[in-house]
Amino acid sequence: MTEPKPFVNIRNAQKSYGTLEVLKDISLQVARGEIVAIIGPSGSGKSTLLRAINDLDPLTGGEVWLEDTQINKKLPHRQYEKHINQVRQDIGMVFQHFNLFPHLSVRENVTLAPKLLKGLSDDAAEALAREQLDKVGLLDRIDYYPSRLSGGQKQRVAIARALAMKPKVMLFDEATSALDPELVEEVNLVMKKLAEEHMTMIIVTHEMGFAETVCDRVIFMDKGVVVEEGPPSKIFRNPDNERTQNFLRKHLANANR
Amino acid sequence: MDFDLILRVYPFFIEAAWVTVQLSVLTTLLGLACGTLGAMARLSRLRVFRMIGAVYVSVFRGTPALIQLFILYFGGPQFGLHLDAFTAGVIGLGVNIGAYMTETIRGAIIAIDKGQTEAARTVGLSRFQTMRYVILPQAARLMIRPLGVNINALIKGTALVAAISVVELTYTAQRFIGSTYKPFEMFMISGALYMIIIYATGRGITWLDRKARIV
Repeated sequence: MTEPKPFVNIRNAQKSYGTLEVLKDISLQVARGEIVAIIGPSGSGKSTLLRAINDLDPLTGGEVWLEDTQINKKLPHRQYEKHINQVRQDIGMVFQHFNLFPHLSVRENVTLAPKLLKGLSDDAAEALAREQLDKVGLLDRIDYYPSRLSGGQKQRVAIARALAMKPKVMLFDEATSALDPELVEEVNLVMKKLAEEHMTMIIVTHEMGFAETVCDRVIFMDKGVVVEEGPPSKIFRNPDNERTQNFLRKHLANANR
Repeated sequence: MDFDLILRVYPFFIEAAWVTVQLSVLTTLLGLACGTLGAMARLSRLRVFRMIGAVYVSVFRGTPALIQLFILYFGGPQFGLHLDAFTAGVIGLGVNIGAYMTETIRGAIIAIDKGQTEAARTVGLSRFQTMRYVILPQAARLMIRPLGVNINALIKGTALVAAISVVELTYTAQRFIGSTYKPFEMFMISGALYMIIIYATGRGITWLDRKARIV
């Protein structure tokens, strides 16, 4: 039996700022349609790893591949720019602080990139915006500006904006961490919906409950290494590693306080 | 106060005020052009451009505008550069205020949250597209007020070109003092007209700023 070819393939990722090593030789494969959660204490390198996938935080060593394309290719500046702008269209990203464009309406937030990069006509862009906003349940906010949306709505628009480029993989960088507790669920629901559609997702999160119910696999990182990985039932119920146990214990204690 | 005298000379001052307005407008336009280029240089990926931008700013902010004007107008002919006084005034003041505007524009651009650039780049926008469609529209709004401060300084700075005998408000006052011996009246007229120009400009800036507020 042959292993299925990895969809996202991180090989020996290393990242250091001066003498500070943030990622120490991390390898991680994600299959098509797989949903992977990365958990770990702050400073463990999980966000850095996620941001390395679309080369937002370039690695100092190692390779990142999406299917047959190496993302972090070393190229002369102009060629690199062309290459990276192309591959990033296939990688959607959602940020902790939404980063919606405040000067553009919800519609324009969603259609800006497809119009510029795929040359969509006004009609096609309008249809696309409606489709994506409908998916996140915000079709009625299409004419709003971001400042008039709640945090949860902003994040759902941000997801629609990323989906509008029809990405092959979605990266979530603590997408619900900046939200008021009562707004977390609406974003989680959208992410669950994507999961049901078999979107490949890599999710950095502090929400253990969400990771447990939605994800196929959980990666626990600490101090720049992958300490333990496995199915959520294993990691959350019966972790092998002492660091994982400690982290989860502390985390649950905090969550219940 | 000699009101009869004021009534007799004021048409000349109106004409001079018009020259000051022309100087101000042209200087502003040149300043904005220099400021935009300067800011682009200072924010460039390439070290050479950053250096050029930094030298431009420190030289033109680090020396008196009057000296810069004199070098251009009186020193220029030594190198075959013969400019009429008005043109020299516009170029001298425009390049000078451009150095200040460089910093204003750059400041507004770097004030835009880094997350905006990241969000734009992650959907695949190029550096140029990110600047053009995401950063500049937001930064432009932030620049209006501080550029207004630059323009305010620039309008008052046009008085300097009296020293290279451009017939504007300050020069006109000096000229009439020569024949009337009434410096108080003459400078009061000039001052009042400067104030009107500056007040009107200030109102314009406020209007623009309000109009550009993000919804």
